[in-house]
Amino acid sequence: MALLDVKDLKTSFKTDDGIVQAVDGISFSVEKGETLAIVGESGCGKSVTCMSIMGLLPRQNTVHSGQAVLSGRDLLAMSSDDLRQVRGTDVAMIFQDPMTSLNPVHTIGRQLREAIEVHENVSKQRANSRALEMLRAVGIPRAETRLDDYPHQFSGGMRQRVMIAMSLINNPDLLIADEPTTALDVTTQAQILRLIKSLQNDFGSAVIMVTHDLGVVAEVADKVLVMYAGKVAEQGDVDEIFFHPNHPYTWGLLNSLPRLVVHGGELRPIPGTPPSLLHPPPGCRFHLRCPHRMDVCSVEVPPLEPLSTNPGHHVACHLTEEFRRQKADELAASMLAQTS
Amino acid sequence: MIRYIIRRLLWAVVLFIAVTLVTFVIFYLIPVDPARLAAGKAATPADVKRVAHQLYLDQPIWKQYLHFLDQLVLHGNLGYSYANRQSVNDVIRSAAPITASLVIGAAILWMLIAIPIGVLSALRPRSALDRFSMVFVLAGISVHPVWLALIGSYFLGYIPTTGHFLFFNFPAFTLLPIQGYCSFTGAAPGETCGGPVDWFYHLLLPWSVFAFLYAAFYVRLVRSQVMEVQNEDYVRTARAKGAPERRVLTQHVLRNAMLPVVTAFGMDVALALGGAVLLESVYSLPGLGYVAIKSLSQFDYPITLGVVVFASVVVIIFNLIVDLLYAWIDPRIRLG
Repeated sequence: MALLDVKDLKTSFKTDDGIVQAVDGISFSVEKGETLAIVGESGCGKSVTCMSIMGLLPRQNTVHSGQAVLSGRDLLAMSSDDLRQVRGTDVAMIFQDPMTSLNPVHTIGRQLREAIEVHENVSKQRANSRALEMLRAVGIPRAETRLDDYPHQFSGGMRQRVMIAMSLINNPDLLIADEPTTALDVTTQAQILRLIKSLQNDFGSAVIMVTHDLGVVAEVADKVLVMYAGKVAEQGDVDEIFFHPNHPYTWGLLNSLPRLVVHGGELRPIPGTPPSLLHPPPGCRFHLRCPHRMDVCSVEVPPLEPLSTNPGHHVACHLTEEFRRQKADELAASMLAQTS
Repeated sequence: MIRYIIRRLLWAVVLFIAVTLVTFVIFYLIPVDPARLAAGKAATPADVKRVAHQLYLDQPIWKQYLHFLDQLVLHGNLGYSYANRQSVNDVIRSAAPITASLVIGAAILWMLIAIPIGVLSALRPRSALDRFSMVFVLAGISVHPVWLALIGSYFLGYIPTTGHFLFFNFPAFTLLPIQGYCSFTGAAPGETCGGPVDWFYHLLLPWSVFAFLYAAFYVRLVRSQVMEVQNEDYVRTARAKGAPERRVLTQHVLRNAMLPVVTAFGMDVALALGGAVLLESVYSLPGLGYVAIKSLSQFDYPITLGVVVFASVVVIIFNLIVDLLYAWIDPRIRLG
């Protein structure tokens, strides 16, 4: 049984202008110890998916349907009390901006202890020693003195380490990382990713890594889920997605990666912008930006189907498998050519 | 931190001198001869001259000011009233507790009203409670204090001396005498009321009116602060950790939302302590504001100046306390 099994998750928001369908039927699963990367542009529903699983969206205007089964329990069907118990212990989340994710008027030690205290009745010393342990595990130097420091006394990278420490302190089975390195510089990014990877190994947690950076995906993911406008475009093992991408959007993403070329290199962005989720386009949501669109694409929503060559790899596209395989090979060839 | 305090105290001294000097100069510029007032109606020019000399009024202005400072700083003496030679220290000593009772009691009341309403409105925006409290806020900030005070007296007031009501003949309203102050420590000879109970009843109406005005402003402030802090990332982090809503509210939301409220509160109380003039006048509470106005109309400079000095000192001290308090509750602020 998978650790987390998400089935047909739909999340919409009631706004004054109408209903925004932020997530429209996503299904995926995460095994124990595995890393799933969710990739997509800003506004495609990656964060909303994670927040829906955690139950962190405001109750008033949000409508959920579908299931998110963690170790046999459906998180979307739980009462808020039960969900609160699960959060921080079985599933934990770290967020994008470390500069604002910590309470500025409490010490780091206090916030780390809080992560334990809200779930267990432990003495302050026990909580403190666990907090210290975690700070050391995430590589904060002179951790004993740092426990009494305030967030503003830490740099961005350090704060993100503290966030990681706080999320792993109760040894969760699943860690959801929502763009944890986007707000950090590249070298710090690498350190944080490496840290997450090593802690994952030590603690045995599964990780859902939300990112828009394919480089990050290549580095950490076992499986990839490519999202577009609230729907799944493509999902499969990381090697499959990178070497045999089967969706025009994925091709666009891979193509748009800047290449290290000595002279006259061009950037090849995907033309157009993501569609409004208030009034999504009919048929395939990507069709307006797709260079290979056909008539059927503007009418029928393509179903998410497994490839005949690899049943673990699912794609939602009307193009024939043959055509897509050909395109994938062309793309792979051109990318390899550039690097040699 | 110590350096900061010393710097602030030095600055406070500068402020003090500036305030007193300006007040002194303004009085000097008013073309009235206090010596003549002090000497009385039957005084001859020689008498007036003698009084003027006694009161240092024939000295140049700067000498008068220095004399005043000397008396104040070295002897703690604010001077003597021109009208009845009463020690200004005594006048202030009897007026200050009245103003303090009014302001501090009202401050407690307005915070007790404003914080729960502000927080609840922020947690349930656009609900019936929220809309009602916004109407309350609008009324509170629009209404003129004197009007409200008079309306309060008219509808709810009771004249303790005659036992008559102004409007509603309703026994329960004996709670709200329309005027007069009763000393907390018991009636002095010659006063009609005294003791804690009377003190409380006589202040209920002034407190309510005062609190209504300020509570409105604070409801709005608390509400907007809580609404803003609710959307902060660290509140989301606290929920993600599995903290119960009550803990999120008290430890994370309120703890941060209240910071500006605390500073505003400190300053408002300080300014009000300087003389809640309007309400003291309407309700005949002989506090600092009342005394200052009366002395001004009689050109009794020492008293006016004494009240100004006292009020300035209070505001300056409160200012310093509020700054230190803020640095203590918000660790991001480092003084020094």
